[in-house]
Amino acid sequence: MTSMLNPLKKTELVGFLVVAAVILLILPAITDAFRLNMVGKYLTYAFVAVGLVLCWGSAGILSLGQGIFFGLGGYCMAMFLKLESSTPEATSIQSTPGIPDFMDWNQITELPWFWEPFHSLTFTMLAVILVPAILAFVIGFAMFTRRVGGVYFAIITQAIAAILTILIIGQQGYTGGVNGITDLRSLLGWDIRTDSAKTILYFVNAVLLLAVIALSLLVRHSKLGRILVALRDKEDRVRFSGYDVAAFKIFVFCFAAAISGIGGAMFTLQVGFMSPTFVGIVPSIEMVIFCAVGGRYSLIGAVYGTLLVNWGKTTFSESFPELWLFAMGALFIAVVMAFPNGLAGIWNSHVQPLVKRLSKRTGERQAAPAETPAAIAE
Amino acid sequence: MSEPTDFLLAVEALTVSFDGFKAVDDLSFYVDPGEIRVIIGPNGAGKTTALDLICGKTRATSGSIRFRGKELTDMKEHEIVHAGVGRKFQNPTIYEDLSVFENLEVSFPRGRSVFGALVFKRDAEVRERVAEIAEMIFLTDHLEDRAEYLSHGQKQWLEIGMLLIQDPELLMLDEPVAGMSGSERIKTAELLHKIIEGRSVIVIEHDMKFVEDIAHKVTVLHQGRVISEGSMAHVQADPKVVEVYLGH
Repeated sequence: MTSMLNPLKKTELVGFLVVAAVILLILPAITDAFRLNMVGKYLTYAFVAVGLVLCWGSAGILSLGQGIFFGLGGYCMAMFLKLESSTPEATSIQSTPGIPDFMDWNQITELPWFWEPFHSLTFTMLAVILVPAILAFVIGFAMFTRRVGGVYFAIITQAIAAILTILIIGQQGYTGGVNGITDLRSLLGWDIRTDSAKTILYFVNAVLLLAVIALSLLVRHSKLGRILVALRDKEDRVRFSGYDVAAFKIFVFCFAAAISGIGGAMFTLQVGFMSPTFVGIVPSIEMVIFCAVGGRYSLIGAVYGTLLVNWGKTTFSESFPELWLFAMGALFIAVVMAFPNGLAGIWNSHVQPLVKRLSKRTGERQAAPAETPAAIAE
Repeated sequence: MSEPTDFLLAVEALTVSFDGFKAVDDLSFYVDPGEIRVIIGPNGAGKTTALDLICGKTRATSGSIRFRGKELTDMKEHEIVHAGVGRKFQNPTIYEDLSVFENLEVSFPRGRSVFGALVFKRDAEVRERVAEIAEMIFLTDHLEDRAEYLSHGQKQWLEIGMLLIQDPELLMLDEPVAGMSGSERIKTAELLHKIIEGRSVIVIEHDMKFVEDIAHKVTVLHQGRVISEGSMAHVQADPKVVEVYLGH
């Protein structure tokens, strides 16, 4: 489990390469453009799940409000795209041309001040990361310096997710309300609705996800990563070893929020709209389930967990739409009761020993035993 | 009383009250540099609370704690550690999910900020220091083991090691030999004799043989107050102490 000499274990590297091959080569090869776009959408949730592995798995901070950060990232991107498609020419039939259509429907005659900076793509890209991170900092500072943790923290994040949804729905003129920000067409003149654009965005998303996983692996293998595990276990001991525990918790919460924001922005680009359904309590809890199914200690398991649950959701909800939510609930209970370490745990405790035994047997005949993709878990 | 600034630690008129119950009541004592002070007293005397107050785990209602002339009562816990105060808890408090090496490494006093921890390098200095401490605490052969698989006594040693690597000027140990086997006790006494060189130590302990063995001075607490203080012989002869404690 631990790595005294070798900071990044070989098995972990292999696991990373396998997941890279799966999302860059195998999935594009076996799916058509429509399904690939759907997989791309699922993979945007994996950003959130990866953040949860660090936040919940490593540091023991369970947030039931990660949809907040996913949504904020998504809304930032949607605001930019909406402004781009709301040129005065394209919106000439409105009573106020040049502002987004839903503002016009809500009798707003001037672009609100906080929309103005989203004319700039550079600003938008920064905002995708910084807006979630800043909100996470505010929440984290308020909670962690007061030593609010555990279930209380989870409930508060859930409440904030609910508040943000209500706020977005209520401020229809500024946010597009319950419909969200829709009808997004192009990014700097590049039509994002075509099949080829969607395929390119899939790969951009995949590369970003891999980069985020690589960065998270580095964080986890730094001393900071070990301090997070230490404070999950014995917070007081960390404090009385001279660390400001709250600062470390704020950091990991902000980090998870920032990468969730990237996921949200990629969601908007690939799906073409953003709405409050991706912000609230239900999506936030679903994201925790993705993480739990994958194995909350495993960065790479988070990707498989997200893909598997979403694949299940799509397949089941196509045939039995009413049953899906029950199935999802049952899945969560089953994972928590029977496999608390998720897919990664099953891999480590059942598959890996089997593969090792087999490879040992063949290894006696061949000189080099095959290395297995055993790095799903820590 | 001589000039208070001569003392390494000066606790004066320290009081803490939990809903009106005074766990520590007008407590004053002074620790010299290099001194080994043992605090004894029956259960509920306020011994652990006194340590909690010094290390900042519990906030004082009134009174003052000065460490090398610096007031500790309004400092944050990690700042008190940075000032040079180390604390061992009563139950072995170690990171079960990390290896022995990592437990010691996390306690190494460098890279204590968020950024510092991100860029922290496991260099030769860290390895040497960890190896040195591991030898002192008899865990050289267990560096790669997960800490949860250690025995109770080994866990106690590991926590002592985690404090030693911080090199604190004042070390506070809460029942370091509690729950240890006979042979472990002997080894721990040997370990404590080694580590007390060059620092002050406050120990809470019930094992009288052990106390007699290490204490320079003994402070006896009862119901949050000091009832006797001095050498072990002096304290043992004190009728008040005999009545509340040793007589039982």
